[in-house]
Amino acid sequence: MLNTIFAFINAAIIQGTPLLFGATGEIITEKSGNLNLGIPGIMYVGGISGIIGGYIYEHYTEDPNTALCILIPLLSCMLGSLIMTLIYSFLTITLRANQNVTGLALTTFGIGIGNFFGGSLLKFFNESGSISLMDCGAAFKMSLPFADDLGLFGKTFLSFGFLVYLAVIIALVASFILNKTRVGLNLRAVGENPATADSAGINVTKYKYFATCIGGMIAGFGGLYFVMDYTGGAWTNNGFGDRGWLAIAIVIFAIWKPKMSILASYLFGGLYILCVYIPGLSASNKELINMLPYVVTILVLIIISIRKKRENQPPQSLGLSYFREER
Amino acid sequence: MSSKRLAQHSEPLLHITKRDAMVWYKGVIIRAIAIVAALIVCSALIVLLTKLNPLDVYSEMIEGSFGTERKFWILLQNIAMLLCISLAVTPAFKMKFWNLGAEGQVLVGALASAACMFYFKEVRMGDTLPLVYEAPLSNAVLIPMMLVASMAAGIIWAVIPAIFKAIWGTNESLFTLMMNYVAMQLVAFFIMVWVPNGSSVMGIINPNTESGWLPELFGQKYGFNILIVGLLTVAMYIYLKYSKQGYEISVVGESENTARYIGINVKKVIIRTLIVSGAICGIAGFLLVSGTNYTVSKDIAGGMGFTAIMVAWLAKFNPGMMVITSFLVVFMQRGAGAIATTFGLNQSVSDILTGIIIFFIIGCEFFINYKVNLRTKHKEG
Repeated sequence: MLNTIFAFINAAIIQGTPLLFGATGEIITEKSGNLNLGIPGIMYVGGISGIIGGYIYEHYTEDPNTALCILIPLLSCMLGSLIMTLIYSFLTITLRANQNVTGLALTTFGIGIGNFFGGSLLKFFNESGSISLMDCGAAFKMSLPFADDLGLFGKTFLSFGFLVYLAVIIALVASFILNKTRVGLNLRAVGENPATADSAGINVTKYKYFATCIGGMIAGFGGLYFVMDYTGGAWTNNGFGDRGWLAIAIVIFAIWKPKMSILASYLFGGLYILCVYIPGLSASNKELINMLPYVVTILVLIIISIRKKRENQPPQSLGLSYFREER
Repeated sequence: MSSKRLAQHSEPLLHITKRDAMVWYKGVIIRAIAIVAALIVCSALIVLLTKLNPLDVYSEMIEGSFGTERKFWILLQNIAMLLCISLAVTPAFKMKFWNLGAEGQVLVGALASAACMFYFKEVRMGDTLPLVYEAPLSNAVLIPMMLVASMAAGIIWAVIPAIFKAIWGTNESLFTLMMNYVAMQLVAFFIMVWVPNGSSVMGIINPNTESGWLPELFGQKYGFNILIVGLLTVAMYIYLKYSKQGYEISVVGESENTARYIGINVKKVIIRTLIVSGAICGIAGFLLVSGTNYTVSKDIAGGMGFTAIMVAWLAKFNPGMMVITSFLVVFMQRGAGAIATTFGLNQSVSDILTGIIIFFIIGCEFFINYKVNLRTKHKEG
C-alpha cells in the first residue's frame, strides 16, 4: 500500500512537471496583462526545438558528450520558444492585435510546427523510422547517483532528472521576484493598470515584452522535459496532448501565485493519472476522472469571482492591449 | 531656445496615432496586401520544403481544392461547417464576450444528436437471412428530435458561463475554455458506455436503415448542410444588422455603461446572446453527426471551434465577409493537405500555413486602426 502511494506521488510529480513549467510561464506572462493562449503551441515548439537541436548534434557527432547533450537541446528549446513568443509579443504589444485570436493562432501554428517536424525531420536527413535520441534522453534522465540508496524517500523524491528540480526552483524564484522585488512590483502594476504604471515612469512595452518572452521560454521547458525526460528523447505526434491547456487551468487554480502553482501542478499531475491507480475502475469512469481537473478549475474560477477578494483576482488589464493615447 | 532643442531630440522617431476612420477601399487594399504577403511567405516555405517552383505549388493547391467534383463538394462542406461555427461565435464576440468554448458547445451538440440516434437505433427483425433492419422512429420524427436535442445541449453549454459572467463577472474566456475539455471527456465517457468492447471508437450508427441521417439534396450528400448554413448566414446577417437585439448586442459590446444608461438590461442581453450562440453551435454539432459523419468522436469538431474564432474575427464579425474568410482558411488547409499528400510531407503543414496567414491578417489590422507618423521637423516660431 505504502509503495503504491509513493509510486503515485512519484508519478504525479513526473506528470506535474511539464504543467508546472507551463503554469509558471503563463503566470509571469499574465502578470504583465497578456493572456497568452499560445502557451500550448509554445510548449510543442519548445519540445520539437529541443529534439531538432539534439538530433542534429547526435547526427553529426560520433561520440556525444553528456554536457553538450543537455546544453544543445536546452538552448535550441529556448531559441524556439523565444521566436514563438516574439511573434506573439510583436503582434499583441507592438501591433496591439487581439490577444485571444493571436494566442489561438499561435497554438495552431505551434502544434503544426511540432507535428510537422516531428513527422518529417527524419525524412530531411534521409532516414526512416521514428525519432529517438538515446544519448540526449539519457543525459536528461540522469539523476543523483545515490538516490536509489535512500530507500523509499530517495526513490520518490530524488530520482528525477534535473529539469524537475529546475521547475520548482524557477517557480520559487518567480514567486520571489514577483512579490519581493521592485521589478516584480512594476510588472504587477503593468498588468493591473498599464496607464498608471506608464505615468509612474515604468516602461510598459519593455515590461510586457520581457515578461511574455521569459514566460514563454519557461513554458517551452515544459515541452522539453516531456520529450527528453518523460519519453526519453522520442517524439510522437500529438503525444504532448492537451497538457498546455491544463497548464493554463493551473494558473487559475493557483490564483496567479507561482508558489501555489507548484502544489497545483502536482495535484493536477496526480489527477491526470489518478485513473491508473484506482483499482477496479471501468473504462467509462476513467474518462469521468479525467474530467476532474477541468471541473475543479471551473469551480475555483467561480468561487474567486463570487468572493471577489482583491488579492485573488486575475490581473485587471488581462487580455487588453495598451495604447497610451487611449484613456 | 535650448529647451526647444531638447524637446526636439527627445521626440521618438516613430509616433503612433489612432485613425478616426478609413476610406473603405484603403482597408480592403491593406488586407489584400497582407493576404498576398502571407501567400508569398507560405509558398516560399513550401518551395523550401519541396523544392518545387512556386507556380506548381499553387496549381497543386488549386487542384487539391477544385480538382474534381467530389473535391469541390468537400471544399464546400468544410467551408459550411467552419462558417456555421463562426456564425455561432459572432454575436457573443460582438458583445465582447470571449466565447472560446465553441469547440465544446459543438461537441455536446454532436453528442446529443448521436445519443438520439443511439437510443433509437435500428433493430434487426428476425434471424433469417437476408437480414432485415427496422428503425423504431421514422426520420420525420427522429431528425427534428436530434436537432432540438443538439440545440438544447449547445445552449446549456454556452449559457452556464454566460449566467456566471452576467451575475458575478466570472472570466468567460477561461470558463468557456475549460468547458471544452469537460465536453471532450463527456463524449469519451459516453462512447465508452455505448461501445461495450472498450475500443473507444464509435462506429457508424444505423448503417443499414440510415435512420437519423440527413437525406441527400440535389443528389449531394452534403446538400442539406450547405443549404442550412447558407440560410443561417443570411439570418445572422439580418439579425445583427436589422433587429433590435442585434443593435443591443453592439451597444453592449461598445460600452456596457452606455448600454446600462440607455436602459438595456445587460445581464439579459448577455444570457440571451449566448443562447443564440449555443444554439447555432448545437446546430453545427447536429450537422456534423446527422449530415456528415453519422457517428461521434472526441475530435469530431477537429479544432474548428478555435479556427472559427479566428475566421469570425478576421471578417470583423460580418457574416458576409465570413464566407470569404472561411473559404480562405479552408482553401489553404485543403490545398496544403494536397501538397502534403503528393510530397509525402506531414499533414500538419496546413496548420502552419493557416497560422502564418492569420498572423499576417491580424498584423495588418494595426495599419488600418493606427497611423504611424515619422518624426517631423518643428516649425520655428
